[in-house]
Order: sequence, then C-alpha cells, then structure tokens
Amino acid sequence: MTEHVVIVGGGVGGSVLANDLADRLAPELEDGDVRVTLLNDSPEHVYKPVWLYVPFGQSEVDDGRRPLADLIDSRIEIRIDRVTDIDTDAKTLGCRDSDRPIEYDHLVLATGVTLAPEVVPGLEEGGHNYYSEAGAEALREELLSFTEGHLVLSVVGSPHMCPVAPLEFTFMADDWLRERGLREDVEITYTYPVGRVHGTPPIAEWARPVLDDRDINVETFFNAESVDPEAKTMTSMEGTELDYDLLVSIPPHRGIDVIEEAGLGEKGWVDVDNHTLEAETAEDVYALGDTADTGAPKSGSVAHYQVSTVGQRLTSRIRGRPPTATYDGKTLCFIETGMDEATFVAFDYENAPSPPPPSEKIHWSKLAYNESYWLTARGLL
Amino acid sequence: MTVIETDIDADATVDARGSSCPGPLMDLIGKIRDLETGDVVVLLSDGEESLTDVPEWAEESGNRVLEIVEGDEHNEIYVEKS
Repeated sequence: MTEHVVIVGGGVGGSVLANDLADRLAPELEDGDVRVTLLNDSPEHVYKPVWLYVPFGQSEVDDGRRPLADLIDSRIEIRIDRVTDIDTDAKTLGCRDSDRPIEYDHLVLATGVTLAPEVVPGLEEGGHNYYSEAGAEALREELLSFTEGHLVLSVVGSPHMCPVAPLEFTFMADDWLRERGLREDVEITYTYPVGRVHGTPPIAEWARPVLDDRDINVETFFNAESVDPEAKTMTSMEGTELDYDLLVSIPPHRGIDVIEEAGLGEKGWVDVDNHTLEAETAEDVYALGDTADTGAPKSGSVAHYQVSTVGQRLTSRIRGRPPTATYDGKTLCFIETGMDEATFVAFDYENAPSPPPPSEKIHWSKLAYNESYWLTARGLL
Repeated sequence: MTVIETDIDADATVDARGSSCPGPLMDLIGKIRDLETGDVVVLLSDGEESLTDVPEWAEESGNRVLEIVEGDEHNEIYVEKS
C-alpha cells in the first residue's frame, strides 16, 4: 500500500520539507511506496522577509515570489487548493475546490499566519504595516512622502512573525531619515506590549540603549485598545494616548480557523510537543514553523531548522523505525540596526541570545542570505 | 503533582504552561480584552518572568492581582479586570 504524506502550506516550512522528503524518501518515492503531496492555496511561494525592505524602496514585493513549480522537486505532487476542514480521526482533509476529501497517512501542517487587525478597532483604517505585500507597498507610498511629524511603530500583537522586525524597522527608519536630512523634523516612538522593548530579555537589554542613543521615544506596557483614524490617535489598555502622523503597526496574528475547528489548538496554532513537533491531540499529525505552538519565535529560520526534525521523524516512521530526531529550539535571526549595519542573535530553548556589535559585514550577510534563500527553498542550502 | 488551593473562583482560565516569555502575559492580556469589568481570570504559567511581568502590567493597566499561588510545577496568578 502506498503511504500518503500531505504537507499543507507552501511557505518556508512546507516547501523546504517537501524538498527534504524528496531527498530522504527517494527510494520509496521511486518504488511507489510513498506519495508526498504539497497542498497550497496559491501556485506561488512567498518569502516574507523581503517585505521589510519594500517601504524603503530597497526591494519589490515580486522579489519575494517564485512559482512553487520552479522550487519543488518534481517527485512531489503540488496541488493548488485550500483546506476547509481536517478530520484527524478519519485522516482526511476537505478542500474548497474538490468534492472528494484527500486521505492522508501522515499530515504536516505548515499553514502559517494570517493578520487580524480587526481585533483593535480602527487599526486597519488608521495604521500601516509591512507584514503583507499590499501593506508594504502602501507604506512605501506614505513613507516616501513623509518629511515631518510623528512616526509611531507599535507592536500590537504578539506572537508575531519575525520578532525582531519591529526593532529593525525602527532602526532603519531612523537611519534612513538621518541620511535624507529629515530626522530632526520627524519624532519616532516605539511601543511594545510588555514592560521592556522586546519579549526576550537579552534582546531588550541590548536594544534599549540603542533606541535611547538615537532619540527614539519608547512606550512599554502599551497594548493598543483602539485607533481613531480621523483624530490620528491610538489609545492603550493601560490608559496612554498617543498622537501620530504615520502609524506603522505589527497587527495581531492568528493561524487559520480550520486548526481550531479540528481541535488541534487555539487561535490556529497547533499544540505540539516542543521537541518532536508532533500534535498533542492527534496521531500522525505534525506542525512546523509559525503554525507550531512551541514557544520558539515565528521565524523562517525556526521553520527551516524544524524541517530536519520532521523530515527525519517522518522517514523513520515510514521505514518502521523509532524516530529519534528532536528540535532544540534553534533560532537564528539577523537584526538590521540601520541601512548599512546589522547584528544577529542565535539561541535555543536552553541558551539565551547575545548579539555581537553591529557591523557592515553582518548587514551584507543578511542581504546575501536573502538572495541565496532560493537555494534554501529548493533544499540545497 | 502539585495541588494548588485557593478560595477564588475564576471566570476564565489561561493555560500558558510551556509558553515562553512574553507568551503568558500576552495570552493573559488577550483574554482580558474579552472579559467584563469585575471578571477574574487565572493564568497558569511555569515561566518565572510571569511572577514579575504580570504584577507590573496589572499595576500599569489598573487591573488587580488578587492572589499568586506558587506551585512546584507552575504558578497560578488571579487577576481581576478593572
């Protein structure tokens, strides 16, 4: 009997895993003992880290798009459809464009995040963001014509994709405005929902003096409750009101509803064992990347590192061996500290990050990685 | 296994055990958004930071920490929405 592996989601985690399995399971695929299907609701793969550079005119959203068919090994079946329900008892998936359910033996959920700005009244109308293609392009138009006033970067939702990106945007905006001779006419404020400037204490301890040195105002314990697009004000649950001329927010995130409806976890995040990435409430279901509720950041590097764990465990099960691979929380994030310098953090479940001094070399390393990412997606790097 | 006893009846529970910082506090704040004034929510957290993060946030936001019950495996923090 042919075993069927279905991967839902063609982002970083799903695409890299598909290519990883094409390699690991090559004999079984060739003999017809295993099929692997990658199910995605679009024929294109999107690399989201490109969006950070779009508002500053340094990238185009198309730089982050490639057809899945160009990236995914030909031994993987690509199916374009959207999952509408998951039945983990019957081991079937319902799909929008098909009357017949897809049967699976092993399911990997890599469905990623969706933005939920509607959680905060007025946020969608009053704020910009760079966490979507349309948002990044609209913000670019605003930022290019923004020469004076109050720029507010507000982290509204957490967890969110790329936890250091709000700091990066703030540092880049500061540097970009200085280079253009506009910084004295633009006040910048950074807000964060907990009592420090980043959720991870060592990153917060590193970033706070950098923000202070650059005369960037900081509001901690700021959880946006509402935005008034007409008055251009935002109010927090803690009772603080901020005036803004340009609001850039990190909107609340959530996973897809189908996951909660299937009883796999709340808010669209799958409850998994943090080390095996296997679902807590269903057999033969895995989650990786942003979808997996591991406590690790929602970051492309996490999805990339988790692929080898899921790939090895799946392969072991298919071959009737006990799976032994585990994920240790490994994360690596570059942090742009301006337009020409960057640092990075590397950490895991047991070891805290310690950013080295920013340098031009690390900045170029980040840009080089973004270019070579397409090799990662193909499973080559 | 730790047995935690308290007289407080919570209207809602946020189980953030296993979640790393700032997850527990963010989960609590998310739940409080949905509650009515006077409702009590209990946060279950095994993160040490919650013992300081939550009281600091409650003071800042005007909500009230009613009780913190420390256990061997996790802590329970009872917060009343003001």
